[in-house]
Amino acid sequence: MKFQLHPLQTEVLFHAGPVPITVTVATTWGIMAVLVILSWLSMRHTQVRGGWLQSVVEVTVEALADQIKAIIRTDPWPYLPLLGTLFIFLVFANLSGELPGVQAPTAHIETPAALALIVLLSVQFFGLRTQGLKGYAERYLEPNPLLLPLNLLSQITRSFSMMVRLFGNMMSHEFIIAIILFLAGLFVPVPFMLLGILIGLIQAFIFTVLASVYVGGAIGAAEAGQDRSDS
Amino acid sequence: MTAEMLSIIAAAIAVSVGAIGPAFAEGRAIAAAMEAMARQPEASGTISRTLFVGLAMIETMAIYCLVVALLLLYANPYTH
Repeated sequence: MKFQLHPLQTEVLFHAGPVPITVTVATTWGIMAVLVILSWLSMRHTQVRGGWLQSVVEVTVEALADQIKAIIRTDPWPYLPLLGTLFIFLVFANLSGELPGVQAPTAHIETPAALALIVLLSVQFFGLRTQGLKGYAERYLEPNPLLLPLNLLSQITRSFSMMVRLFGNMMSHEFIIAIILFLAGLFVPVPFMLLGILIGLIQAFIFTVLASVYVGGAIGAAEAGQDRSDS
Repeated sequence: MTAEMLSIIAAAIAVSVGAIGPAFAEGRAIAAAMEAMARQPEASGTISRTLFVGLAMIETMAIYCLVVALLLLYANPYTH
């Protein structure tokens, strides 16, 4: 038996024309389908006194909006489609690794890289939209125009660290389970898998909180300073 | 000593030494947050959210070491 375990390679499932479709991509599509079906089912017949599924979705969205409002300190609803979807997708993606036969997509480096790139670009977009080109460009020259390279570099490094953090946590967790299973046997990894649920939830939370902090920083520190006194 | 043996030893050293600093730092951060929460329980929401972000920042250093170790073990440019 060859012990095949490689953190940086993904298994190719099939080829769609010249494009290789990996297991990670297939799992991501599955999670997307589950999320779409859940949203469609819960919001199909919306009522004022809705069913349990509608209530669960409503409570989740409200809680996410509250949390994001507490971080960015302004109206959260323009940013909720990105940040809330990010959190819900990450919860599903991180916890899908606990299902038998499913690999968590975030445990391979491509998915966190794509998510971090999305966050990096949308932070710039939100900043440009709320502050205009001049106002947003001036932020890169603060406190001193000499720091422009460092400001640009910090944008890239913090996205890189988001990617590496999510990937490293999820992948090392998968590795630890594999190694313990290899050494100890069938039922010993169960507590570690319980720990994995916690790790997955915390990493999804941290990724979303950091994305919200970056978005909140880009859309303006001035209004955040005014709000801080009364909340 | 071949490059492979050196990389294995270097990977072990990278993770084990690189975990020391973040471990102490996380311990101090959690102790400070606990103290703050005990003094002001009403601020525990803000404190714990900031604590999580701070822990993530601290943890990044350990995870960089882990990534370096993994690169040494699996994607080492000097051994093949």
